[in-house]
Amino acid sequence: MIVAQSLHIEYASEAPHLPAVQVVDDVSFQLERGQTLAVVGQSGSGKTTIARAAIGLLPSHGRISSGSVHILGRDVTGYGQKQWRDLRGGTIGFVPQDPLGSLDPLQRVGDQVAETLLVHGRATRRDVRSKVTRLLDRVGIRNPAERARSYPHQLSGGQLQRVLIAIAIAVDPAVLVADEPTSALDVTVQKRILDLLADLQEELGLGILFITHDLALVREHSDSVLVLNEGRVREAGAATEVLDHPKDPYTVTLMSDAPALSPGKYAGRHTGAGPSAAPLLEVRNLTKTFATGRRGKGQPSTVAALDSVSFSVASGSTHALVGESGSGKTTTARIIAGLSTFDSGEVFVDGRPLKTDPRSYRQNARVLQTVQQNPLAAMDPRYTISDVIEEPLRIAGSGDRASRHSAVRDVIDRVALPSDVLGRRPLEISGGQRQRVVLARALVLAPKILVLDEPTSALDVTVQAQIVDLLVDLQTQLGLTYLFISHDLSLVRQISDTVTVLEHGRLVESGSIAEVFGNPADPYTARLIDAVPGRIPLTV
Amino acid sequence: MSVQATVRSAPASPAAAPRIPWARRRGLSVGDVLSVAFLLLVLACILLPGVLAPFDPLAESPDHPLEAPSLGHPFGTDYIGRDVLSRVIHGSATTISGSVIAVILGLVVGSVLGLTSAYFGRAYDTAVSRVVDVLLSIPALLLAITIIVALGFGTVNAAIAVGVSSVAVFCRLMRSEVLTIKHQPFVEASEHLGANKIWLLGRHILPNAYSSVLSLAALQFGSAILSIAALSFLGYGAQPPNPEWGLLIAEGRNYIATAPWLVAFPSVVIILTVLSVGKLSQIVRKQVG
Repeated sequence: MIVAQSLHIEYASEAPHLPAVQVVDDVSFQLERGQTLAVVGQSGSGKTTIARAAIGLLPSHGRISSGSVHILGRDVTGYGQKQWRDLRGGTIGFVPQDPLGSLDPLQRVGDQVAETLLVHGRATRRDVRSKVTRLLDRVGIRNPAERARSYPHQLSGGQLQRVLIAIAIAVDPAVLVADEPTSALDVTVQKRILDLLADLQEELGLGILFITHDLALVREHSDSVLVLNEGRVREAGAATEVLDHPKDPYTVTLMSDAPALSPGKYAGRHTGAGPSAAPLLEVRNLTKTFATGRRGKGQPSTVAALDSVSFSVASGSTHALVGESGSGKTTTARIIAGLSTFDSGEVFVDGRPLKTDPRSYRQNARVLQTVQQNPLAAMDPRYTISDVIEEPLRIAGSGDRASRHSAVRDVIDRVALPSDVLGRRPLEISGGQRQRVVLARALVLAPKILVLDEPTSALDVTVQAQIVDLLVDLQTQLGLTYLFISHDLSLVRQISDTVTVLEHGRLVESGSIAEVFGNPADPYTARLIDAVPGRIPLTV
Repeated sequence: MSVQATVRSAPASPAAAPRIPWARRRGLSVGDVLSVAFLLLVLACILLPGVLAPFDPLAESPDHPLEAPSLGHPFGTDYIGRDVLSRVIHGSATTISGSVIAVILGLVVGSVLGLTSAYFGRAYDTAVSRVVDVLLSIPALLLAITIIVALGFGTVNAAIAVGVSSVAVFCRLMRSEVLTIKHQPFVEASEHLGANKIWLLGRHILPNAYSSVLSLAALQFGSAILSIAALSFLGYGAQPPNPEWGLLIAEGRNYIATAPWLVAFPSVVIILTVLSVGKLSQIVRKQVG
């Protein structure tokens, strides 16, 4: 259905005299009817460029310099926008990546679906409403007639993605191009969306071109796979074949870097002081409610962000807090870090009760530090890296200039950053380097506990693997205790010793990794673990 | 790190690049260079009026009234024979210094109010914001006139009046900048390390907030020149025979049909100064922001 042969795509440079940048180099693939082809690669590999070239949405400075793309037998390589408009929507559906950003925030979702139908002449103004309702029902939105009248900001991420799929299949396309359709979603929602796509494929005979960076999704949801690196095809073939017997060294590295596909990577490391170690962090019956305004009769309505949560973390170990969005894991992390108050319960850090008033911040900072989720936002854009890392020492008032500078150099070495990064600014370094800088800033006061809030969610799989390696090494070298917040269960399984599962503020389950993952006591936990893609069944 | 991210958002403006190497290196256009050159000329007039002006601005020459521009009097003479060029040159000091006072007053008071109300919030913020709302709802010139009637006439009072009427604008801008920055994760990160309020305000919030306020100051400078000139035109600011630019226009108003140069030259000078200052504001924004 889509046949690409020896595609070369380039982007023109900003300055006219510089040569064009080759982004896709000699890529060929074929998408059959009723099949799913997964194009896998990291940022910059060219996978999004290929997806956009396949539907004629290359930006104005991009062009196919050689090779061809045939869709249903027609050569579309040189198509102008007018020709593409006939083809798009009707023959090819596109499911974009970011649901909230891809829908008009000022139009109701039903109207946006209707727009597609009306533009392609598949519905008249009279019957478009019923057709929209039927479509939304088909993609699994409950109360479709009501939901059609909602605005995008009133729907959840999963519902928005379903709306986008509805728009994509509205005109019965033969091909669906899905650009990372689930990367912004929780793991259980992701599973449901991918199941939906599989159902639609079977029912409508769609060919799906599935772009993703997550190799773990490939096994369960595609028939064939294309592995890209820097614009070149590293490996191609049937999904099971490539994943079980990878031939190219890049594919092998990708698989070993993906947490889902190498769960036992850190099994042999030495952790903590053993099971009899005293708990360094203890949380008992932690409760916090947020008031969310008043509901008639002057009664304040509240949301229980945390409902009697308890767990303890042994010294030198890694404890994970997992849950979906809204489960309360970030709230817990902030309370433990002393940034938010709590309503009842007790928190003990290093044997002492936690004080959350601002005057204790300096004292708390010496024991517990947070590594933020978004490193770029967590650094002052006007500061140099050296200033960023030195700041905790300056605020704490420790030592003189020379001793502070040498402490900064020491910690830069520890996180394996080159010393020339010290003079640069946060915007000038890469994502992986920024994460290391934020980690260095957290380590410079030599704390005992690090609270890591989704430390790798913004990173590529390869860079993520390097950061995780670093974290594991540092834990062994410095005897650190980690409280690790994440929604990535495969990563949690790789590096944590114990885990607590939260759902809407309540404690679902807590225990060692082997117990919770191997033998989940609560059905919610079982559902979470089931939804994790690429799970190789644990032998209990 | 996708390739699409390497494309810059807007292409550089296709303004003519000057032949002077140091200007081209800094990315300045011909218009930029001319503006800076004009402002330097104005500065020279302020500092060395006696050197540059061919005549005494107050020297009356009743035998040569209302003479058209000529080689001897490039801007012509006014109704009692005073050389207009010399009056313009001497008047620059009054006009410009008044504008500088006005802008600095507005900048400092407005920024402090905006910074504190955004940072400390709550009742104080509400009070300041309502006062600012009231000030912004009154046309700036009317407000200036009200203040100068209370203070008394004169150039310094005119400057103060214009300054006070611009406090609200600076306060608003500084407040919104600080509100944005206050909630950024990097401010919270420093706070969490135990930094006190002075540290946060001085080392993180202010350095990230001041750039747009500074470029507003350059813009307000042009507007202040116009306001002071307007106040003098109306009779509230500089008093005759002070050759302040607005006053020159006021005096020339009566002769506009027969001697248009009395109004034209001071007006052109004001326009060029305001435009140059606007250009300077853009340059500052590009270099600092």
